Amino acid sequence: MIASVRTTRRRRRIGIAVVATAVLATLAVPLMAPHRPTEQFADRAYAPPMRIHIRDTSGFRAPFVYRQLLENRLARRYREDSSAPQSLAWFSNGRLVSLADPREPLLLLGADALGRDVLSRLLYGGRLSLGVTVVGVLGALLIGALVGGIAGTVGGRLESALMLMADWLLALPGAYLVLVLRGALPLVISVGQTFVMIAGLFAFAAWPHVARGVRAIVASERARDYAEAARASGAGSWRLMRQLVPAARGFLFVEVVLLVPALLVAEATVSYLGLGFPDASASWGTMLFDAANVHVLGDAPWMLAPAIAVFLVAMTAQWFGTFDTNHQGG
Amino acid sequence: MITRLARFALWRLCAATAFTVVVASSSLLLVRFAPGDAASDLTITVADPSAPRDARARMGLDRSPLAQLGAWLVGLARLDLGTSSRFGRPVTDLLGDRVANTAVLAGLALALATLVGLPMGVVTGSRLKTPSTRFVVFLSVFLVACPPILFTLALLFLSISSGEWLPVAPGRIVLPLVALALPMAAVVERLQSQATAEALSHPHIVAAAARGVPVHRLVWLHALRPSLRSLLGVYGIIIATLFSGSVAVETMTAWPGLGRLMLDGLVSRDVYLVAGCALAGAVLIATGNLVADTLRAAIDPRVREGV
Repeated sequence: MIASVRTTRRRRRIGIAVVATAVLATLAVPLMAPHRPTEQFADRAYAPPMRIHIRDTSGFRAPFVYRQLLENRLARRYREDSSAPQSLAWFSNGRLVSLADPREPLLLLGADALGRDVLSRLLYGGRLSLGVTVVGVLGALLIGALVGGIAGTVGGRLESALMLMADWLLALPGAYLVLVLRGALPLVISVGQTFVMIAGLFAFAAWPHVARGVRAIVASERARDYAEAARASGAGSWRLMRQLVPAARGFLFVEVVLLVPALLVAEATVSYLGLGFPDASASWGTMLFDAANVHVLGDAPWMLAPAIAVFLVAMTAQWFGTFDTNHQGG
Repeated sequence: MITRLARFALWRLCAATAFTVVVASSSLLLVRFAPGDAASDLTITVADPSAPRDARARMGLDRSPLAQLGAWLVGLARLDLGTSSRFGRPVTDLLGDRVANTAVLAGLALALATLVGLPMGVVTGSRLKTPSTRFVVFLSVFLVACPPILFTLALLFLSISSGEWLPVAPGRIVLPLVALALPMAAVVERLQSQATAEALSHPHIVAAAARGVPVHRLVWLHALRPSLRSLLGVYGIIIATLFSGSVAVETMTAWPGLGRLMLDGLVSRDVYLVAGCALAGAVLIATGNLVADTLRAAIDPRVREGV
């Protein structure tokens, strides 16, 4: 028992650490990323990640990298130019880390097909992907709590109608739902418009999950004494609902944990199928699309970095989810 | 008793039919109201000014959306789903193979997920924590966090970097099936594990144990039935999740399924093709739900009494 409390606590610490890192990284992206996400470097297509060295022939020194030389253009083979060590510059050029000459590429996670820095794209992409996910989840919670609250409080025929609608939406595969709705909207739009539109679609596709749970909780709360007292003292439906919905707080927290990974994957899927963010703006979905090719996977495995990022966030959410159910279960 | 079950099934069949028609009709209307139509490309490519108008008339786009929907529904009664503007062929011809492919992939994945996940869940839900059950639970939590789109990438990567031990050639079912089924098996395992543990704590199980019923009978017979009820209750959502995952998996592994065809239809504003794909997908989903609901009603009398 004590052991399980300790694991739960340790688990919670790891979870919080990962989430805090992700949030900080997203907020501080322009400071963290060595380059702009769209910056292309000549002769760096599919360049492998640079190795950070701390010693050369003359002994130990501050961390540095060697400039990469394109040895064979066809085979995309690179070698380190050991005659040209480049020191890492910390907290200069307005970045956490860069090279002394900011025009020189610093490719800590390698480069993609167009010679863009994968690490920078991963950081900027995380901002877009996590941002659209969080806005979508908040929207889903809002609509779901409202519809579920109304259905649970009012009951009767309205409740049946709202829940039938929710059940039918739930029976539809989310990916198809988002794709069809997205496909019916204008196809070529700006990044900002895409952000709003995808977040809206996510909220629309995900609210039935929230509404069903909230309705069940509110409907059972309605029978309790305090609800009876509120009704007796003349509370209308709206007022009563505002008394009842907070009972679903714990459920809403669990829903966040379930919806964040689901919508993150949905962003990846939609962008992968070409209906999400435009390719030039990095998102984890567009980056996965660049990676999901048999030849790329074999020759440039560092392109899988966004897959690992999505997996880490999903795993963290799982961790929180199991923590919370253990907690509630006693 | 059997009549009650039959009445339940019939009632669900009506609901499923209504669901299918509503889904197909709303996707037809959605594409009609979307900006641009299939004939607007012709305005640029064809010099003849009357060409787009003729094309619109041919595709029924000159009629009001509701009139077009009515005509399509009348055609549906004769199993005529119209002609695709993108491919210039009857939609029913285009759908045939694609629907079969998606149905085979999703159906096999569902069967595999259940066959693997259900027994595992019963085992982990009924035993004390041992290293082996802990391992299964860890593997499940890991796989649940690993959605099909990532799992496909990981399998492709493993298969390439270790000498193609999994066939990755287009048209081979192994990789998409594994990528789709294993994360779902993990979900089934988690749900069944919780349901089994909950069912085993019921008083009637304790009473049976006190009467001397052997443990394996308690677990695999007495507790299985109530625990299956809660698993079947979420089968509808499992089926929807499966189809969601199959869109990405089909595209990544070049499995010629419904998702890709629908996407083509959407992007080219092919009204009848999208409506046909939506109809076919809705039929598959409604069938899956119908089977799950009927099974649930067969197991639990309270469900069929509810009608």
